Amino acid sequence: MILSILEVALGGFIGSLTRYFLGRLLNPSTAALPWGTFIANCTGSFLLGWVYGDHPSSDGLLFLGTGFMGSFTTFSTFYWELHRLTSQRKRERMFLYLGLTYSIGILLAYLGFLLGKQT
Amino acid sequence: MPYLLIGIAGACGALLRYGLSVLLVSEGTSFPWVTLLINYLGCLLLTWLNEKKGPFQSNPALNTAITTGFIGSFTTFSTFSVETITLIHTGQILLALLYLLLSVWGGFAFAWLGAKLASSTTPYAKEGDQ
Repeated sequence: MILSILEVALGGFIGSLTRYFLGRLLNPSTAALPWGTFIANCTGSFLLGWVYGDHPSSDGLLFLGTGFMGSFTTFSTFYWELHRLTSQRKRERMFLYLGLTYSIGILLAYLGFLLGKQT
Repeated sequence: MPYLLIGIAGACGALLRYGLSVLLVSEGTSFPWVTLLINYLGCLLLTWLNEKKGPFQSNPALNTAITTGFIGSFTTFSTFSVETITLIHTGQILLALLYLLLSVWGGFAFAWLGAKLASSTTPYAKEGDQ
């Protein structure tokens, strides 16, 4: 119980900071799209797919899966960015960002899952 | 220090997500509504806080810790992706499609609701000015 909590907390600590630094590096207000969040969500989906394909039992996933990957990727920031693009009347960019994140995120998760099952 | 604060807030967000997923375990159904609920709640909270320019905006470090750290970590995209492909992989194509559609449009709905809530209440900044 205590160990589980520590695993999730440590993973969440590292995951959120990694996303924060990636965002500082790649989400400048001048960028066409918030690439930092995009890269975090896509690579996180790929890696979680991989880990899940490799270890389908959820016990081994607390640090890497629930903690790190869960915190490294984000849904709320993604939608805040979509909301901001909408209020800036950049509708094409908004739909591009929406479509790219969902399609590439799910595709990479599947690819990771297949790779994880093979190893 | 600001980095430590973001990390600790991120750990709290992850723990709250983990706690909810343990408490509200989706028994009897393979539909991952717990993640959906968490992501909806996060969208509502984040848009509300960001639009309201509220209590934490005067302290940028605390504001980043709560928005990027806590709410950002509380919600998750990777779990959503993996749950979607799990549904597809187990042949529940319709459920996967429903999950995707509820995620896409529900996210917009809750972000919009957060913005509405922020604009319908008096901003903290204005109260402070008076």
